[in-house]
Amino acid sequence: MYDIKALYEATSVKHAVELLQAHPEAKVLAGGSDVLVQMREGKLAGKELVSIYRLDALRGVSLDADGTIRIGSLTSFSHITQSPIIRQHLNVLGEAVDMVGGPQVRNIGTIGGNTCNGVTSADSGSTLVAYDAVMQVEGPEGVRLIPIAEWYVGAGRVSLRPGELQTAILVPLQKYQGYKGHYIKYAMRNAMDIATTGCSVNVKLSADKKTIEDVRMAYGVAGPVPMRAPAAEAFAKGKPALEETIQGFGEAALGDVNPRNSWRASREFRLHLAQELSKRALRETIRLSGGVV
Amino acid sequence: MHEVQYKLVKCTINGRPVQTMVDVRASLTDMLRNDYRLTSVKKGCEVGECGACNVLIDGECFNSCIYLAVWAEGKNIRTLEGLLGPNGELSDIQQAFIDETAVQCGFCTPGFIMTAVEILETGKEYTRDELRKLLSGHLCRCTGYENIINAVENTMHKRLAAKK
Repeated sequence: MYDIKALYEATSVKHAVELLQAHPEAKVLAGGSDVLVQMREGKLAGKELVSIYRLDALRGVSLDADGTIRIGSLTSFSHITQSPIIRQHLNVLGEAVDMVGGPQVRNIGTIGGNTCNGVTSADSGSTLVAYDAVMQVEGPEGVRLIPIAEWYVGAGRVSLRPGELQTAILVPLQKYQGYKGHYIKYAMRNAMDIATTGCSVNVKLSADKKTIEDVRMAYGVAGPVPMRAPAAEAFAKGKPALEETIQGFGEAALGDVNPRNSWRASREFRLHLAQELSKRALRETIRLSGGVV
Repeated sequence: MHEVQYKLVKCTINGRPVQTMVDVRASLTDMLRNDYRLTSVKKGCEVGECGACNVLIDGECFNSCIYLAVWAEGKNIRTLEGLLGPNGELSDIQQAFIDETAVQCGFCTPGFIMTAVEILETGKEYTRDELRKLLSGHLCRCTGYENIINAVENTMHKRLAAKK
């Protein structure tokens, strides 16, 4: 039995917003792999919950008419990995969320929950940041679209206003078309572990596959929230897709990150990882794009 | 004193349509064990890490300890008890766990077997590495996993051969 003060089950997004307004102290419960665990641990014990788990309208991946990839916030990690749209256009996201926890956790955990808890180690976070995803939220004032660059406010905090609910994650066509991405999760175990540091890189090569036309990179656990690496990106953009560029990219990344000491790893080790993972991920994305390094 | 909330939950468990009133604070593990006496569903870590409470819901594996009982409304749930034949015969995957000595204390076994059922019912052939990943949501403190993977792998090969 969970120590739940009261459970309110939403029957629609509108109903969920009304429930959140009527019960301002309540926490949103999506898949529960975070909230229910924190309830067991005592951190959220005695809280009211608004369950949105049964809002099936918020599940699934689709393509809008303008080519935008639309991921319903309640889509489970395993369904993202299996989605033909994700496999074809944003395979790196399917690979990244296939590294969360274990199989059962990936069946219950949702991408909405993974981004709304504001955690830096979230395996979906760095890839979504690296693709300039847009968060769609719905609240008392209607629908708002929030660029992911403005989404993470601080550790565990996101820019949701009272009564608001995230309903979809969007990736516009121009952000993914022509790009190939790769995510590396460094953790102590292959399953049921949280990233020591994670790194997601994507590139767009020139037609002759010799020049890096564009490159984007984001880290998890290199700072308090998932973050982009502007210095490394600026260094490699427009440069030849060669080993020299890769080395410089990794060095430049050290200027972008500010990792912490934690029981999982020291700051020094995370700095080493930031440099090494960025190089390996960039090398792989060049290879995936048809370049030779 | 705060009021206890109850809700009627109708679902299908091991092929049988059932319904019961549950306290909304109950996990699916609580409901399956206490209301339906399906004690193959073990209470292990209760935070979704060990896989001892794993059951199939609409064909996918879930740790029932971090799944609210009220979410089971309208779902098709399968537990280890549902694998038995009409006269209590063991299914092939259960027999394989015995044959391969994949069971020692037995606490993790029902959870492992239900994930194995999900794997086997895809009808696909997996490599050993793929099986390891598919089974990675379960902890076993006795066997060292090798015999468990052997049991699943052997049953997979037997079923695939039978299909040909």
